[in-house]
Amino acid sequence: MKRVTRALAVVLSTAMVIASLAGCGGQSTKSNTFKIGGIGPTTGAAAVYGLAVKNGADLAIKEINAAGGINGYQIEYNFQDDELDAEKSVNAYNALKDWGMDILVGSVTSGCCVAVAAESVNDNMFQLTPSGSAVDCIANKNVFQVCFTDPNQGIGSAAYIGDNKLASKVAVIYDSSDVYSSGIYAKFAAEAENQPFEIVAAEAFTSDSKTDFSVQLQKAADNGAELVFLPIYYTEASLILTQAASAGYDFKFFGCDGLDGILGVENFDTSLAEGVMLLTPFAADATDEKTQAFVKAYEEAYGETPNQFAADAYDAVYIIKAAIEKAGAKPNMSVSELGDALEKAMTEITVDGLTGLSMKWTEDGAVNKAPKAMIIKDGNYSLIQ
Amino acid sequence: MSFLTYLINGISLGSVYAIIALGYTMVYGIAKMLNFAHGDVIMIGCYVVFTVVSTLSLPTWLGMILAIVLCTALGITIEAIAYRPLRQAKSSLAVLITAIGVSYLLQNVALLIFGANTKSFSSVVNIEPIKLFASTGNAGLTVTGETVVTISACIVIMVLLTLFVNKTRAGQAMLAVSEDNGAAQLMGINVNATISLTFAIGSALAAVAGMLLCSSYPALTPYTGSMPGIKAFVAAVFGGIGSIPGAFIGGILLGIIEILSKAYISSQLSDAIVFLVLIIVLLLKPTGILGRKIQEKV
Repeated sequence: MKRVTRALAVVLSTAMVIASLAGCGGQSTKSNTFKIGGIGPTTGAAAVYGLAVKNGADLAIKEINAAGGINGYQIEYNFQDDELDAEKSVNAYNALKDWGMDILVGSVTSGCCVAVAAESVNDNMFQLTPSGSAVDCIANKNVFQVCFTDPNQGIGSAAYIGDNKLASKVAVIYDSSDVYSSGIYAKFAAEAENQPFEIVAAEAFTSDSKTDFSVQLQKAADNGAELVFLPIYYTEASLILTQAASAGYDFKFFGCDGLDGILGVENFDTSLAEGVMLLTPFAADATDEKTQAFVKAYEEAYGETPNQFAADAYDAVYIIKAAIEKAGAKPNMSVSELGDALEKAMTEITVDGLTGLSMKWTEDGAVNKAPKAMIIKDGNYSLIQ
Repeated sequence: MSFLTYLINGISLGSVYAIIALGYTMVYGIAKMLNFAHGDVIMIGCYVVFTVVSTLSLPTWLGMILAIVLCTALGITIEAIAYRPLRQAKSSLAVLITAIGVSYLLQNVALLIFGANTKSFSSVVNIEPIKLFASTGNAGLTVTGETVVTISACIVIMVLLTLFVNKTRAGQAMLAVSEDNGAAQLMGINVNATISLTFAIGSALAAVAGMLLCSSYPALTPYTGSMPGIKAFVAAVFGGIGSIPGAFIGGILLGIIEILSKAYISSQLSDAIVFLVLIIVLLLKPTGILGRKIQEKV
């Protein structure tokens, strides 16, 4: 027994020595480039998301380097796989630190992001997650988000409907058994108080009763709703659209990013979705110049159409560039100094990106951006100008 | 006006439950087992219609006939392979668990073949909605073609089934087996064939119910059948399991209660209310509304 303990002690102390050496190594390789690390699942169940982020950031970094870098400094890029596992995500973070990372883009998914954020706060490493949407991701002061938090979609939707005077009477149909949907609804209802429209019907359904929506639609009609807000996923939305059409109701429909994908439902009559509006950060077939240029470059480089995650990552790199320029930061600053400088700069910059115009950040790390509204026209998503 | 719309929608939803419940109740009445895979046979039927009509672009009537034929064959096969060997098992739990297993098997096979993505089912009904009370905009009363067909199909099936059971030799054999399967065998009735026939009819009804369900609510996934299946099972118990008119009444009542409680009490609580009503009915009348008193044989 004693021998085992002693052996263990030797192993542990060796490990500590190696770890501290590695730490020193990380500090001593300060060079004349900004080292941006990325973490996300490039294999496994969520590989689509991780690969999109990896490529999206890669594309932006290549563009920036080709145009002369940030403040004259080039960017080095290293992306690590976390296989959608929080523990592996933290390991990837440590590996990137050893490599000499200055700034982190990641993690891609909410769960991993929360785990890495708990580590990165100790180093005051500047961390920008392209797509971790949970509120917990940005609990620490060093973490910022590119995507909307779930509740913010509710506020954004209410503000959009109010500002554009889409309707004066609004009905909501939401899934009370789902955090995404009920979270958006709660914020939407709170924000609606400040808006020039009235919620005349708020009807719920649950995962056990999501086939018949006749009652919810009838109640919306009885209460004189002109617009129905659908903070739900596209499967149920396709049912609601079909039932509304067959019962002869004439509503405007408005949704969030959960509706993104409704045109992809197999055999769905896309004419039913004609005129449906949705707030989604990005749609590859949007017709604005910036999106088209990005989609073209991405398709040429990686041979596939970029999704929302690729756009989020592309924006993330340009946001970092804007923050570094604002702060006048240099690569020879320590990780913590850089963190302080960028955290301050983040609250001062405004960035126009693919996933939102005039993006601004508050100290808590949440993004405030004018959401992009899409309308479904001729079977395609198109940006409302 | 709204009340009338709710009522019609409730009867329409209830009719679908009733047709599914007929399948549950017949199988229970005759084989004394709960066929939990019944809801998934519905889903398979829908996928058959979808594949034939939407993927292969063949005529709708062909899809409907194929779905009925294939579901009937599926029902007979499931009974012969999974249930018959267990019919004499000591514990009646064995066959119940097998039924749950078959249900998951069917769901996962569908998942494997068709994938998890939602498919939009094209309605097999091609009737224009009927507009009652000249209306403008969102007011007035619209009865969809699906509603009309669903309700009529339910009544027709119910009448035919009652006639079949009471007037034909095969129907009489079913009654005899449900009464006492040992005695029926002694009287020269082929019990296995009778039970197979029951599964065949139940599964054919499942195919019909599936088409009507998906025509009204056209999102098709491998889990489409499971919740309506459970609700229909409740309807069958509600009306008195084993009784054909009971399944009809239970289904219609369940649909109306569900829709009206959604409309007038709470859209979130409608399921809770449905099951609360079930509990109350069973407390007052343990065998369901039309259930027969079961005399325990000693």
